[in-house]
Amino acid sequence: MMEYIPLDFPFLAAALLVGISFYIIIFKKNLIKLIMGIAMLAAGVNLFLVSLGYRAGGTAPIYTDVPEGPMVMSVPQALTLTSIVINVAVLALMLTMVIRIYRHTGSLDSEKSRRLKG
Amino acid sequence: MRRVTGWIVLIVLVAFLVWGVTLIHPFGYPDASDMDDYIIENSQEETGSNNVVAAVLFDYRALDTLGEATILFTAVMGVLLLLRASKRKKETS
Amino acid sequence: MLTKIVRTVANQLILFIVIFGLYVIVHGHITPGGGFQGGAVVVSGIVMLLVAFSSQELKKLLRERVLSIVESSGAVIFIGLAFAGIGTVFFYNLLVGTPIFGRVPAIGPGPGDIWTGGVIPLMNFAVGLKVIAGLSAVVLALALFSGGEEVEE
Repeated sequence: MMEYIPLDFPFLAAALLVGISFYIIIFKKNLIKLIMGIAMLAAGVNLFLVSLGYRAGGTAPIYTDVPEGPMVMSVPQALTLTSIVINVAVLALMLTMVIRIYRHTGSLDSEKSRRLKG
Repeated sequence: MRRVTGWIVLIVLVAFLVWGVTLIHPFGYPDASDMDDYIIENSQEETGSNNVVAAVLFDYRALDTLGEATILFTAVMGVLLLLRASKRKKETS
Repeated sequence: MLTKIVRTVANQLILFIVIFGLYVIVHGHITPGGGFQGGAVVVSGIVMLLVAFSSQELKKLLRERVLSIVESSGAVIFIGLAFAGIGTVFFYNLLVGTPIFGRVPAIGPGPGDIWTGGVIPLMNFAVGLKVIAGLSAVVLALALFSGGEEVEE
């Protein structure tokens, strides 16, 4: 008799998002599609962080007019806020580098801008 | 050759991720929550704010917020540096 | 430049968006929100102005020197508040108990009070200034670059 394998849905959704973004990063050549894959990887990691701290039947960890019940864990939510801001900053930097590469070489293919020539 | 290697790496990574999901605690019942219980109990009298997440971000873990503000500043400086007009080299006779 | 209807509506809506963003920043220690979230709301209002008017017009409103001074002052206020409690520990919350921002609220659920929180509302304000100035400079530089001209030295 097989025992119950815990395969809860939010963790599985986060693993699926990370898996799809791995497929995009390995197999696609367009630079804009690579950046979209990295953004999807960030979204999957943020979802995983927030869903680690859930308590069944819990409410938001704020004391202003809160209903009865236990409170959800509060430290993963603070770490997710920091992670979102860092991802926005890194994505902006990557997009300006893609703009510069396009002005310099004239194409958005990652195979054509590999050699270090002037 | 490159495509075969890519597919093998992708299948190994996704299998490892899905196997790792089965080892986490069931969704909704975390087990190691001593630090969060202390923070939720004592944050109103130690910091004086009703918002526990803001107290964690700016009082209990303020060094992480300092690092994040530094990263934001560095990224803004990097973007404004990459979009400057380049100086044309003047021809000297 | 878009049509006259879009320009008039954007002129009326920018006031409400800026006030809502400042509300989210100031009430960061009572309700959900804070410095980063309120700063993102105000920057989205500036992006709406950038779409309705052209980027050349917005360059006269947001000069580079003013944005640089505002962002640097946000960072300096944050570090100054961190060093103010250096007698005990780095980042010590030294305003709890003093009459500036230091009332302790009632323990347990209840309505919130603005004059609580210690050093947290001042840090929210500093981080909000930094996010508004930094992200609007990035958005303006990207719009000017795609329009054909580059940011001057």
